[in-house]
Amino acid sequence: MHGMTVIVKTISSWVKLLIFLFGIYIVIFGHLTPGGGFAGGVILAASYILLMLAFGREFAEENLSLGWASKLDCAGALLFAAIALCGLFYGGGYFFWNFIQHRYLAGPGHALKLVSAGTIPLANIAIGLKVMASLFLVTLVLSTFRPDRSAKEKE
Amino acid sequence: MAYALCFLLFMIGLYCAAVKKNMVKIVIGIMIMEYAVNLFLIMLGYRSGGQAPIVGRGDIAGAGGKVLDSFINTSVDPLPQALVLTTIVISLGSLALMISICIRTYEKYGTFDITEIRRLKG
Amino acid sequence: MAEIYILLLFVIIAAIIAVETRKLLSAVICIGAVGFGGSLIFLFLRAPDIAITQIVVEVLGLIILIRATISRDVTLISGDREFFGMVVSIVILLVIATAGVRVLETLPAFGTPIIARLPDAASNTYIKEGLARTGAANIVSSVILDFRAYDTLGETTVLFTSIIGATVILRKKSRKLLEELE
Repeated sequence: MHGMTVIVKTISSWVKLLIFLFGIYIVIFGHLTPGGGFAGGVILAASYILLMLAFGREFAEENLSLGWASKLDCAGALLFAAIALCGLFYGGGYFFWNFIQHRYLAGPGHALKLVSAGTIPLANIAIGLKVMASLFLVTLVLSTFRPDRSAKEKE
Repeated sequence: MAYALCFLLFMIGLYCAAVKKNMVKIVIGIMIMEYAVNLFLIMLGYRSGGQAPIVGRGDIAGAGGKVLDSFINTSVDPLPQALVLTTIVISLGSLALMISICIRTYEKYGTFDITEIRRLKG
Repeated sequence: MAEIYILLLFVIIAAIIAVETRKLLSAVICIGAVGFGGSLIFLFLRAPDIAITQIVVEVLGLIILIRATISRDVTLISGDREFFGMVVSIVILLVIATAGVRVLETLPAFGTPIIARLPDAASNTYIKEGLARTGAANIVSSVILDFRAYDTLGETTVLFTSIIGATVILRKKSRKLLEELE
């Protein structure tokens, strides 16, 4: 997949940083404003896909290679499972118990701040990481696939 | 009346997925069906003149975290929205899987037509 | 309320065009119009979370679809359809349509949700005690990550599995092994 013209390359190299920052904002403030882990993860993946469409596939693969995307994907899933298991051990014995909220933040005055709601921001970050890595992986694999001419000539 | 239009959208998608012969058209029909189902679920939870289920600064009574009655009586239903949120992301994953099957079939048989694929074996 | 009906008509017209057109690129563009109209309807139905997610997922879906249809299949598909298969399909569609119309008559009016009619529904507890029990101001986030977190775990597993499936189908290593064996 080739890149595009000079104008597109210049503008997208400035804009992709803004998209990435916006994606991080939507993920982290998911418990106060609309958004959350899923929408933020898809926006983060969109910034990398913009990089791939504007500069070509090889440049994007140097930036975040196939192996690293798989590792980030697994890390997000394992982080989500680890948060759930911590609720089992440290909380009341239930699987997804919000132990941070019930132990440390249960008093008044914590309602609309950034540090509130216990394990919900941590779970949002884990899900955002996982969705971003998954969607970037599948788009990279779809663009790398070239039809094999040698198999068709043998038939 | 709004439910009837939503059901009409679902029938359009079902007609496209059942009758057409092009593989990509079948995928488009499945996507239209998914949009119609998501729309129907969110319409079930709508309250006329309601507000979004997000607590603002003017909806908290006191410091204990209790919400005002005005918020409880005018908020829309949050449960269908929670279910539809995961459904939309799952539909993206299944779209990627369907398109990868289409690409692989085109590379092997040279066409998107499902009646041709049935006749040529290998 | 009038804007919801106007947007629904726009979405239905775009869907009809997407189904009946012959070129694949036009059909993909009309699917994009259906998705954007749907996102605007979600905004008017007081669901901002869903509207954000729908727009970004629509954009990525368009990129994936265009990747599959561009520069492929330039020949138009023509020829007669099988008569018997088409008759069976039309009969099944009519049966489903009749059943759907009968169900639509039993639904409640548009605009009164279940929490207004049943005071002990589950959503009433989520709205009243969501902030006090979980501390999150966004009630939808507290539902998907605290009250019903198992559903999110299942969704993560399904997304993981479908991405692994797509990656395995588009792999090229197996062909190289077969060529080396010959």
